[in-house]
Amino acid sequence: MRNDFVQQMLVEMKRDPSIYFLTADLGFKALEPIETAFPKRFLNVGVSEQHMIGMAAGLALEGKKVVAYSIASFATMRPFEQIRDDLCYDDLDVRVIGVGGGYNYASHGVTHHTVEDLAIMRALPGMNVLAPGYSWEAREATRAIMQTRGPYYMRLGKSPGVAFEKPSFTFKIGKGFVIREGRDVVLVSTGNVLDVAVKAADLVQAKTRNPVAVISMPSVKPLDRSLIKRYAKAAKGFFTIEEHSTTGGLGDAVADVLWEADFPRARFRSFGLPPEKFSKAVGNRDHMLKLVGLEPRALSRSIVAALSR
Amino acid sequence: MEMSEASRSGETGSSLSVSDILAVLYFRVLNIDPKRPRDPLRDRFVLSKGHAAAALYAALALRGFFPLKLLARHRIDGGTFHAHPSFGAAPGIEVSTGSLGHGLSIGAGMAEALKETSARVFVLLGDGECNEGAVWEAARHIGALQMPNIVAIVDDNGFQGYPLAREKSRADLAKMWAACGWRVFSAEGHDSDALERAIRAAAACKAPAVVIARTVSGKGVAEIEHTQGAHYYIADAASVARMRRSS
Repeated sequence: MRNDFVQQMLVEMKRDPSIYFLTADLGFKALEPIETAFPKRFLNVGVSEQHMIGMAAGLALEGKKVVAYSIASFATMRPFEQIRDDLCYDDLDVRVIGVGGGYNYASHGVTHHTVEDLAIMRALPGMNVLAPGYSWEAREATRAIMQTRGPYYMRLGKSPGVAFEKPSFTFKIGKGFVIREGRDVVLVSTGNVLDVAVKAADLVQAKTRNPVAVISMPSVKPLDRSLIKRYAKAAKGFFTIEEHSTTGGLGDAVADVLWEADFPRARFRSFGLPPEKFSKAVGNRDHMLKLVGLEPRALSRSIVAALSR
Repeated sequence: MEMSEASRSGETGSSLSVSDILAVLYFRVLNIDPKRPRDPLRDRFVLSKGHAAAALYAALALRGFFPLKLLARHRIDGGTFHAHPSFGAAPGIEVSTGSLGHGLSIGAGMAEALKETSARVFVLLGDGECNEGAVWEAARHIGALQMPNIVAIVDDNGFQGYPLAREKSRADLAKMWAACGWRVFSAEGHDSDALERAIRAAAACKAPAVVIARTVSGKGVAEIEHTQGAHYYIADAASVARMRRSS
């Protein structure tokens, strides 16, 4: 999805000369096309994320539309206070882009795992939070955040390599997309575990013969509350899937809507990373996801078990 | 002092420490017009040591950005001014600050955006604030780019919020800035002419420049000058009257 983002940035920066692109020393062999095309509006600030966000704030105060780019863990946690005080407090027109959310840099270890970014960014007043699930969403989300006012946080992972879009889809911030129609069971996914959700849905439907819906929710804040409420009406089970701690992310956001709609507590469960302890396991993304049950077979078994309770 | 007394609020020592610097900036150096506070070509001022905001509000009011009577709305319920600057609270406040170490990076972003104009960016930091690592992220990068349109001023009063214990040596601030590629000037922070000369010389540099201003925390209130207590000092009626008589 990083390349989808870069390709769309080239379009947006050509269209709008007020766009500035900052990176805190990341994006080697990815961002070069932007630097080459727009050398005066591209700046590597060095390994200094706090400074990058402060500089983004200064540029935005002077009327620039700013993108600030790093690995998701560094982009959100090191400069958290600058994001809060400098960007969100004054509603500045800045987009923080975090690449490799969740376990996308799995084998790099815990410093590169980003399992709480959606929660902490969602907690900030004024911040909008996006996590596209595949190429089309990444491209469209990039277009949308560049053509509206920030602040935004957008997490980008590796694309699952499947085109889930339909001709009827029109991207809008705050909107969810029904990838797989169904009614008895609803799976809501954010970010690039979408392919896991779709495969799990196939398995659940084969096992239970219940029609299973899959909704991709690239916009975690604002959330598509009306879509959730509409699907909750007929659902026997409602589940969320995210490559993120089950504390504070999509699951909690969806649960808030479900409680408001009087959806029975026992028929909802969020799937994600356990919030109790960091994992010290070593491995690639698929290995790490398997360890926490975010793979189709384990997920479908958990869902079937939850449905039969 | 009157604002401190009226709102029973502290951090007065820090405001007194920077008052002469702000007077020189707002009345002698900054290219600003209070009638056109958002003029695109105005010089920008960033109070990175946001806890000296009371002095900034007073300087802006005296320079004509808003009526002096608005100063009575400082740190009161339903008021206008926090203890730290909030962008948009009143004309002339360019940036929200309060947590230390943010302002120089924000100033760098402004300077980058303004690099093809005549506008300059001035950022005032405290020497205590220079403990923050983020100051040096910004200083290194600004130095590396050799940005010509940004001036930092360090209010070097030698005091912080709490006494520094067990420290056996003090980092040489001038050398730290110089090591980051900045031109370094110094001046007595309460000598208006010397300050003006140093700030003008810094602004004339074709490279980033810093003025280390040697100041006195609590300047003007004899009983707190050069004391730890100055930082959180709250003025009383007698000290306000004494200052009024002496000025």
